Amino acid sequence: MPDLMKQSPLGRYLEHCKKGELAYQVDADGKAVFYPRAVAPGTGSDKLEWRVSKGLGTVHATTAVFTRDQPPHNVALIDLDEGFRMMSRVEDIDPVQVKIGMRVQVRMHPGDDKQPPYPVFAPAGGGK
Amino acid sequence: MSALRRGSVAVVGAAESDLGQVAPHTSPVDLMAQATMRALDDCGLKLSDIDGIFSAATQVRTAPMTLAEYLRIKPGYFDGTAIGGSSFMTHVAHAQAAIEHGLCEVALIAYGSTQRSVSRAAASPREYNPYESPYRPFMPSSAYAMAASRHMHQYGTTREQLAEVAVAARKWALLNPKAWEKEPLTVEQVLKSRMVSYPLTVRDCCLVVDGGGAVILTSAARAKSLRKKPAYVLGVGESLSHASISSMPDLTVTAAAESGPKACRMAGLKPSDINMLSLYDAFTITPILFLEDLGFCPKGEGGRFVSNGRIAPGGKLAVNTSGGGLSYCHPGMYGLLVIIEAVRQVRGECEKRQVKDCEVALAHGNGGVLSSQCTVIFGGASTV
Repeated sequence: MPDLMKQSPLGRYLEHCKKGELAYQVDADGKAVFYPRAVAPGTGSDKLEWRVSKGLGTVHATTAVFTRDQPPHNVALIDLDEGFRMMSRVEDIDPVQVKIGMRVQVRMHPGDDKQPPYPVFAPAGGGK
Repeated sequence: MSALRRGSVAVVGAAESDLGQVAPHTSPVDLMAQATMRALDDCGLKLSDIDGIFSAATQVRTAPMTLAEYLRIKPGYFDGTAIGGSSFMTHVAHAQAAIEHGLCEVALIAYGSTQRSVSRAAASPREYNPYESPYRPFMPSSAYAMAASRHMHQYGTTREQLAEVAVAARKWALLNPKAWEKEPLTVEQVLKSRMVSYPLTVRDCCLVVDGGGAVILTSAARAKSLRKKPAYVLGVGESLSHASISSMPDLTVTAAAESGPKACRMAGLKPSDINMLSLYDAFTITPILFLEDLGFCPKGEGGRFVSNGRIAPGGKLAVNTSGGGLSYCHPGMYGLLVIIEAVRQVRGECEKRQVKDCEVALAHGNGGVLSSQCTVIFGGASTV
């Protein structure tokens, strides 16, 4: 069984983020798993292997959040080429202009005092 | 086959608490208790008759316990299943099971919220999700907005079609004296309203108001001797598909596609047998998804289906006759009020908005971010 006394799935994920890597897991059948877990969904197996994504993906769904005191920001679901989906945002482009099907490339947002580094995306091959 | 028996129990009492903006310092449990006494008065039962409590509320973590203390009753059976706005449809199903098995005889389902008074952020703080929260989605709106983005992309659904849902709800609300909204609304007004999470404007989103409700269920045998016409529980279906929007298997298909057919199988009915729909309309996209998933139109056709006033007063299909969460009342977890309207339609109590010869009404609840889907079908005396 996974040893949660030593390391948590989120702890390991955040370590990768600090190194600029988007990490995910693969189960015994080679299927991508995200978010990272202590046991594999569906089977309960602890045979979960960590991998680093190439960071290329496609926008699956998108919205732009409008707040009263800040410019709108994008929130999107990204399908990574390795076969997993995650929430993120697409930067370097008007948040309303982010389109489903758009190819995007990951980069690591540095975060701040409260928020550890986290992956965001930009249009693949340059934006605007 | 369902393990539950069609028509074995009925809703015999149903009532809202005060709705809208209640007096300062009113508690969610004050509203639950007020609605409970109104629901008991509705059916002629007493507080001491209640031996089962079913409740969930974001402001009251141990709702059955807190409500039992407040009312000073000692129920032998309780259930605090909390799966968002559809919790109360689940409570109906669980109460039916409990009554059938003799675990309780008179079940109270109650809810209350003061989210307008104390703010939505205070009433239902979001759980931190390390894989979503850093991106600052405005939840739950952004999740529904992304589902809408997929529906528009895959099926050509338009913002105008989404707006039709809000306009139909408003037309119904104008026939309901208890509705929060009192002014007419046009498609153009919906589109030009303040954007919340693209493509949803504030008029595509449910209200943020205080309120609550209560329903009383008992066995069909006992129901017959009570004050009002029983609304028999003909079918129930429950289904969960995910918790966070990132994990929803298909953003255009909800688990209503499972809960609906389950409820219909138990009831021995098909969608065309249903006279009125009470659908959880947290956002304009949700009734569109549920009309498809519950089998009232093919997948992808929901946007076109709701157009030209089809679900508005005078339209072909009566949907959300109260005015819905969009225009009548949405106190955080709106499912109990969805049930109350379906019960009233079956009883024939809806006056100006009454659906003619309404013998079968479907109440569909949604919770989380399209996550939990629960369906209850109610029928009048002719159906059992």
